[in-house]
Amino acid sequence: MSAAYVVRRVLLFFVVVWAATTLIFFLPKMAPGRNPVVERIGMMVATGGVNTANIQAMVDAYEQKFGLNKPLWQQYITYLGDLTRLDFGYSLMLYPTKVIDVILISMPWTIGLLTVSTVIAFTLGTLLGGLMAWPKAPQAIHYLLPPLFMFSVVPYYLFGLILVYILAFQIRIFPMGGSSQYGTVANLSPAFIVDVVYHSILPSLSIILASLGFWALGMRAMMVGIAGEDFMLFADAKGLKGKRIFLGYAMRNALLPQTTTLALSLGTILSGALLVEVVFNYAGMGAVLFRAVSSFDYFTIYGVVFFIIVGVAFTTLVLDLVYPLLDPRIRYSKG
Amino acid sequence: MKKLARFLRTNPRIAIGAALLCGMLLFWLVGTITIGTSRAVPLSGPPDQPPSARYLLGTDSAGRQLLPVLIAGIPLTLEIGLLAGGVGLLIGTLLGFSAGYFGGSVDSIIRTTADVILPIPALAVLVVIASTIHTLLSVEIMALVIASLAWMYPTRTIRAQVLSLRNRAFVEVGRFSGETHVDIIFRELMPNLLPYLAASFVGAVGAGILAGIGLEALGLGPQDKPTLGMTIFWAIYYGATLRGMWWWWGPPIVVLILVFMSLFLIAQGLDRYANPRLRRTA
Repeated sequence: MSAAYVVRRVLLFFVVVWAATTLIFFLPKMAPGRNPVVERIGMMVATGGVNTANIQAMVDAYEQKFGLNKPLWQQYITYLGDLTRLDFGYSLMLYPTKVIDVILISMPWTIGLLTVSTVIAFTLGTLLGGLMAWPKAPQAIHYLLPPLFMFSVVPYYLFGLILVYILAFQIRIFPMGGSSQYGTVANLSPAFIVDVVYHSILPSLSIILASLGFWALGMRAMMVGIAGEDFMLFADAKGLKGKRIFLGYAMRNALLPQTTTLALSLGTILSGALLVEVVFNYAGMGAVLFRAVSSFDYFTIYGVVFFIIVGVAFTTLVLDLVYPLLDPRIRYSKG
Repeated sequence: MKKLARFLRTNPRIAIGAALLCGMLLFWLVGTITIGTSRAVPLSGPPDQPPSARYLLGTDSAGRQLLPVLIAGIPLTLEIGLLAGGVGLLIGTLLGFSAGYFGGSVDSIIRTTADVILPIPALAVLVVIASTIHTLLSVEIMALVIASLAWMYPTRTIRAQVLSLRNRAFVEVGRFSGETHVDIIFRELMPNLLPYLAASFVGAVGAGILAGIGLEALGLGPQDKPTLGMTIFWAIYYGATLRGMWWWWGPPIVVLILVFMSLFLIAQGLDRYANPRLRRTA
């Protein structure tokens, strides 16, 4: 892997993040109507129930930064500056909490749930898909194809609704929602960890079951293609053991496009997982986004969306940098 | 007719997918004629009723009768998908053809723009746009918002297809016999790409519906329209799962699963039809 490739790839990361933040700055401004943020704050003042003086200070601060009297480019510069300092302002629904604090509390939950579920689904799905295309695999594995295919077309969160109903409402073996026993404070005691795992089984199960088929079908198609390659015939003729051919020859080669697919699907996976959190009222960023959207807390929406964009771009960057290490054929040298 | 029957027999995926879709349209048609959608509005029955002879799929907490809601929701949800997928693919086709056919700086501008926007998680940007204009969100506007971020993938794939075609002999012949660019694009290139475009269209419709219900699940949909996604949103909002009201969220989920399955099968079937090399993986 050449240094030039790494530099180019890191640059692309910044360009993507910059493009996305620019889009979410300008696209809403093209919409007809006035400034929704000011309208929203005005509504909060009108309905009362909040400290009017504080809100007024907030409006003033906002007006000073993004007021309509300022030219658009100046607002844009201020906006970019705030982003680089991760300053998203105050949460409208949880005033005077800052948006960044709301996000930092919820982020570990999302990262934990998402990483564990995706790693399990990817590994298991890839293995199953490989076996499905392998003639010597046990016959039973082929019966998995229709249900896996059916699951794979269902968005994760709709799958979650069904699982909650069956496993939490009808057969009461799992909690209906939440991410830990209500009222407990996060700590590192064994009891709390067990509780967190127990609460995360259903949400992660809905992600795993719904995405298993996606990985399995992709891998299966790839394996069928590889089965016809000359090097497979050669390996067989050399008298290599079936297991060795399967793992070292077929799987090894089919795994690479699978990794590319993973990098390309990160956005979809994350969006799906955020909506799973909504269904399960999980403590992650999805639930924060849901509450922010329903109370039109624009500052929090922007904050969460920014972290989603950076998270996806960063993970794609990492996968792209790892990819050449997986595939010895790729050197990314120019020429 | 006989030709169609043979086509469906040799392409079972398309046949099954189309049958599922037709079944759903039939359900909608029969439902509209016999039951109608006038009782899909709040207060058309007592709230929270389980399915019974009187209320076939029960009612929700606002007193909507859920069978009419389902019947009214099917065309609305398909409309979001068709419009979002159609417009997205149209933009993608225009850009993809321009980039692939003309090459040069046009190509690099379009390709770079698509490549930079493609990895951005669309839902994140859509949430920002939709929450800013939430009071204006109708089925059509929502579809157009989704379409605004649905053109990058078609642009890229269509560009690649055009690149592989534009230097073939038959295009050269067209060029030397004095056909204009428009002629070549529409009379030489387009017919060759039709099956491919059809597959992309079906895929784009599915993606449009998926993005639509994703937004709707967050409450960012047409508030007064009973689309399938909004029905699911209200069910989550009123805690229907916690109260065991399966008849509220169950039927829309079943319909959505059938829609996704049929679109997936049709797209895959068309893909195989357009690209025989894929048939090996049957």
